[in-house]
Amino acid sequence: MSVARRNLLLFLGVAGLIVLTGFTQSWNAALTIVNMGLISAVMALGVNIQWGYAGLYNVGTMGFVALGGLATALVALQPVSGAWQAGGLRIVTALLFGAAVIVVAAQLYKRMPKGLPRFAALAVVLVGGFFAYRWILDPAAAGVEAINPALQGNLGGLGLPVLLSWPAGALLAAGAGWLIGKTALGLRSDYLAIATLGIAEIVIAVMKNEDWLDRGVKNIVDIPRPVPFEVDLQASEAFLSFASNIGANPVAASAVVVKLLYAGLFLAVLLALIWLSEAALHSPWGRMMRAIRDNEVAAAAMGKDVTRRHLQIFVLGCAVLGISGAMLSTMEGQLTPGAYQPLRFTFLIWVMVVVGGSGSNLGSVLGGFLIWYLWVQVEPWGNGLMALATSGMADGSPLKHHLMESAAHMRLLVMGVILIAVLRFRPQGLIPGK
Amino acid sequence: MDVLNALVAFLNFVILPAATYGSQLALGALGATLVYGILRFSNFAHGDTMAFGTMATIIATWGLQAMGVSIAPLPTALLALPVGVLATALVVLATDRLVYRPYRTRKTPSITLVMTSLGVMFVMGGLVRVFIGVDDRQFADGERFIFTAAQFREWTGLTETMALRTTQVITLVATIVAVAWLNWFLKRTRTGKSMRAFSDNENLALLSGINPERVVTIVWILSAALATLAGVLYGLDKSFRPITYFQLLLPVFAAAVVGGLGNPLGAVAGGFVVAFSEVVVTYSFRKVATYLLPADWQPEGLLQLLTTDYKVAVSFTVLVLVLLFRPTGIFRGKAA
Repeated sequence: MSVARRNLLLFLGVAGLIVLTGFTQSWNAALTIVNMGLISAVMALGVNIQWGYAGLYNVGTMGFVALGGLATALVALQPVSGAWQAGGLRIVTALLFGAAVIVVAAQLYKRMPKGLPRFAALAVVLVGGFFAYRWILDPAAAGVEAINPALQGNLGGLGLPVLLSWPAGALLAAGAGWLIGKTALGLRSDYLAIATLGIAEIVIAVMKNEDWLDRGVKNIVDIPRPVPFEVDLQASEAFLSFASNIGANPVAASAVVVKLLYAGLFLAVLLALIWLSEAALHSPWGRMMRAIRDNEVAAAAMGKDVTRRHLQIFVLGCAVLGISGAMLSTMEGQLTPGAYQPLRFTFLIWVMVVVGGSGSNLGSVLGGFLIWYLWVQVEPWGNGLMALATSGMADGSPLKHHLMESAAHMRLLVMGVILIAVLRFRPQGLIPGK
Repeated sequence: MDVLNALVAFLNFVILPAATYGSQLALGALGATLVYGILRFSNFAHGDTMAFGTMATIIATWGLQAMGVSIAPLPTALLALPVGVLATALVVLATDRLVYRPYRTRKTPSITLVMTSLGVMFVMGGLVRVFIGVDDRQFADGERFIFTAAQFREWTGLTETMALRTTQVITLVATIVAVAWLNWFLKRTRTGKSMRAFSDNENLALLSGINPERVVTIVWILSAALATLAGVLYGLDKSFRPITYFQLLLPVFAAAVVGGLGNPLGAVAGGFVVAFSEVVVTYSFRKVATYLLPADWQPEGLLQLLTTDYKVAVSFTVLVLVLLFRPTGIFRGKAA
């Protein structure tokens, strides 16, 4: 069987599974899986660009996805009236001041000779800078957060169309990626992994606690949508006649149509990204990247600037993760910083990349769909299996109750077993990269 | 008198909690760092190994309680600890045979092993949730306090007071004993020396006739025992919940990395560095300042560097800062 044919069969297989969900559960459920699969595929592409192309071990996926989500709020929300007067400018000043303190400290560290004076100077700049920063920021933040705290209490956004937040999310995540890459990419394998894992936690902590920025754990729930609301569709004459023409229930049809619109948007992004990364991978630049991945020392000896290329690809991967995060928040219409968990937004994405095949874009897409499908579907399967297994037991017995409860956790087990089995028996993944 | 009051407040709210938490992190980090030293990969399943060991201990504790066994005033869980260690060691060794050993016969990049440990993490986390559920569980019994806040006030007559919980003393004592024993084991015994030799230079160790499988078996047993001990102490001190233990993986690794991966001394130091920075940075120093400063200098704010919500972020900021200046940790750890 040729490679292309096998790949096609794999994709058809996953598509078949999802279509089956449509028949057995509902088309709404199937489309939800498709949409999340599309977003997961973009996330997996982002990780694959860093890991598969360059061997960079970024376990901070969650942080960049969250930054993309933050971008939707900052771009699409209406500005909160009075917030900029109450302290918006002062907050911006505080942030600029904080950045200036760090730049000064970095310059001092570079310019002054090693020794006690340098240490003292750094300590004075950093500690003094921190207190001054808090002195500027705190009253302004309190002022902004005092405005209508039940609904707002944040600066709000720019009031631009929400689709603009996708490139904005890419820019925000890429900017953060540049800063992080600049400081952390010198670290060796496992040290880089733990550092990025930690940085992602820091990003989430900031998003959870800086209420003036994004309302923190109070969440933002009114991000505008790029597609019409289901209720508006159900109220429109044109849609109602369309639904009755195809003989569908208008309520179910409106949900499906909205999801299809989202799916169209996501698919366009995914296809564009795949096209771009395939073109990049087959260009001289892509060959250089693979050369660096396979043997850094040899590539450096051939005059390639390994550090710069690493930084470049790190930033590109972060940008893709940022787009996926913005897409996710756009679809959900809300930003809930507390929902970003490393299990779901870092480790699960890595499972997708490894199972799909690291270094292969198609593999990442397949992995994204397949693993997301399993993540969602294993739970009902576990419940069904457990119901079958315990059907002989008396209702209300504590053991039966416990077993039924535990079925919900089957998906962790299944994910683990899949990951271990793929790594052991097919380490190159379902669609191997070149 | 005011100086004493300030000291008591500082001891009660900073030193004691940070030392307890630091001990728990140090034990967890020791287990992770030993595995890194011998097998050269970051074991992401370590947090869930801690959860598994704690779960086994809790189930054994329930068994003992049902039989009416008690070692009051100490918590029954201490008696159940060996059962937990044994169960965890067996599971970890079985995992090694089934999952990790095949990779040792050929040279495998460490990333494959890390990814595999991610799979093990998922499986172990799933098992723990299947066995015991996701709820918060308290399993500390016996005497709660060595002395309570009221007793302390009665003895000393100070305005400021403090309490000493049994679990805090148990944690500190157990950590000192475990670390001292481990130090003796690694420095003085033949097995310990062979482990350090293997960690420093695998090929040389193999040439001098050290059996690698034996070293690997021992390091897994040690890691399982330390993970269980750390998990049980944390659970006694706070409470047991699978998701909390998964999240503990992050500060535990921060501690191991700050100290230098593969370096036991570093892991202990790292545990305390992480714990103390978390507590000190998020503690409101207002109370201490009230006692120390003259009346007209009284502070207005909380004198808190960051709100307590930033606790997690603090440990990682410390981690990033340390790595910036020392790319392999304070005590120069190993790199794969």
